[in-house]
Amino acid sequence: MIGRVWKFGDDINTDILAPGSYIKLPLIELAAHCLESVHPNFSVSVVEGDIIVAGKNFGMGSSREQAVQVLKALGVAAVVAASFGGIFYRNAFNLGLPAIVSQDIDQIQADHNIELDLKLGRIFNISTGQDLIGDAVPENLLTLIESGGLVPYLEKELG
Amino acid sequence: MGQTIAEKIIARAAGQSFVTPGDVVTCDVDLAMIHDSGGPRRVKPVMDRLGVDVWDASKIVLVSDHFTPCTDSESAEILKLTREWASEQKIVNFYDQKGICHVVTPERGHLHPGMFAVGGDSHSPTGGAFGSYMFGVGATDMLGILITGRTWIKVPETICIKWSGEFEIGVAAKDMALKMCASLGMDGGGYQSIVYCGDTIENLDMMERMTLCNMAAELGAQTGLIEPDKKTAEYVKLAGGDPGNWQEIKSDPDANYKVTHKFDALDLAPQVAVPHSPANSMAVGDVDREAIDQFYIGACTGAKFNDLKMAASVLKGHKVATGKRLTIAPASSRVLSEATKKGIIEILLESGAGLLPPGCGACAGYGVGVLAEDEVCLASTARNFQGRMGAGSSRVYLASPYTVAASAIKGHISDPREMLL
Repeated sequence: MIGRVWKFGDDINTDILAPGSYIKLPLIELAAHCLESVHPNFSVSVVEGDIIVAGKNFGMGSSREQAVQVLKALGVAAVVAASFGGIFYRNAFNLGLPAIVSQDIDQIQADHNIELDLKLGRIFNISTGQDLIGDAVPENLLTLIESGGLVPYLEKELG
Repeated sequence: MGQTIAEKIIARAAGQSFVTPGDVVTCDVDLAMIHDSGGPRRVKPVMDRLGVDVWDASKIVLVSDHFTPCTDSESAEILKLTREWASEQKIVNFYDQKGICHVVTPERGHLHPGMFAVGGDSHSPTGGAFGSYMFGVGATDMLGILITGRTWIKVPETICIKWSGEFEIGVAAKDMALKMCASLGMDGGGYQSIVYCGDTIENLDMMERMTLCNMAAELGAQTGLIEPDKKTAEYVKLAGGDPGNWQEIKSDPDANYKVTHKFDALDLAPQVAVPHSPANSMAVGDVDREAIDQFYIGACTGAKFNDLKMAASVLKGHKVATGKRLTIAPASSRVLSEATKKGIIEILLESGAGLLPPGCGACAGYGVGVLAEDEVCLASTARNFQGRMGAGSSRVYLASPYTVAASAIKGHISDPREMLL
């Protein structure tokens, strides 16, 4: 998986990703407000296949899955962060959005192109030629990503 | 090697004699709690498509709290769908407009020590106050549980947080929680499990323990637990539940903790979290006297019976400052009923407070009582993320019900201890 990088800081919470005051709107309208309080043009500038790289505790806060769904709706292909809010991390894989934990995020800047290997947790920074280290994605979660999320996985299991 | 209370509950739910932190195990879920926002409206379309029903209706508690009372036709539709799904799936434990799930579920006797319970809401660690291993998940995770009755968990390490000493009058569990957010940070829990212990914790009543466990979410922990004792057993019995062999639900003496953090309640001042994070907490005396528009006592964190009682103890015989508004949303209809019987609601109304119906209210910005652009609020809730309680430019400070009440009288952030002398 190769994508262009959007870089964010620490503590991007679920109200920044999916603000509560817009939560009743259809997903695509909610997505227009995704990350607007930290980057007003994000939703109109992000393109299919882009990758978010962020600091610690990405997705902390609420259990609302819209925080993942808006990123998917906007075409975000994966999130790399120093750490994740625990519920967001589970939600991401359940909805088929790969999330990689890496302590090397300082070596990645906005607009870099990076390549991710989920199984090995390897991140290759194409723009700088650097090999970076992330945590390998556990096997049960790789299965979810390969299935496209928990619902397609359950559909298959239930036959 | 012994095991912690958290590891023991997970091992039992996984059908194993022990578990090791880092193991990924599949657990049988004893109780699934869902609400109107992340529940039926999210799971029904998929369940209908798959042609499946819930695994065991008796193990599900459904609470309409986020969109109650409905404020527009969209929220009315959500509540209608919730009722229809409850009837379709024969969910007996359905509480419609009875209050917030984290308070309604234990007060109706559904939680007991040793349970492995999952809630479709991030404040589900509240259940840890009853010696349950209870954590929050998103709607798709919950869908999997509702269909299969099972879920996976990466066994967390256990963090011990020990509190010693007695705090002053005017200081509460909320202040302990905010203090920990400031000291440990919102990722201090690292999605591990927290066990709260020490004489301060033993002396807390059940509702104060709920406040503490509730805000394990703000510490980034998967859950926060307190070993059950006689108070726990008594609460569960009174609520109509069965505390079972609660004496056995505890950590082994040689259990392994990732780390132990120690705090002293003796010199704990009332805390205030300034916008936009609970981690920005500091002693009330160190906070600028910013003018506040709305004082808010609400939410699972800050509007249980004892929270309203705290507010009333400060407000008795006083009036809310001219031009300011104090808004109170009791956490449940039982809380409202008890507070009415004990004369607490009368004191609050006499002070000039406005009363909202039981429910999540303005806390998550979904319900009634939200903020306009640029308004400033001091709230007894758990979270003050930017834009959470309404308009994007609004700002929220967090504090205990004592501090919110004292500040409402003065019109700006104030130390409640001065009012309780």
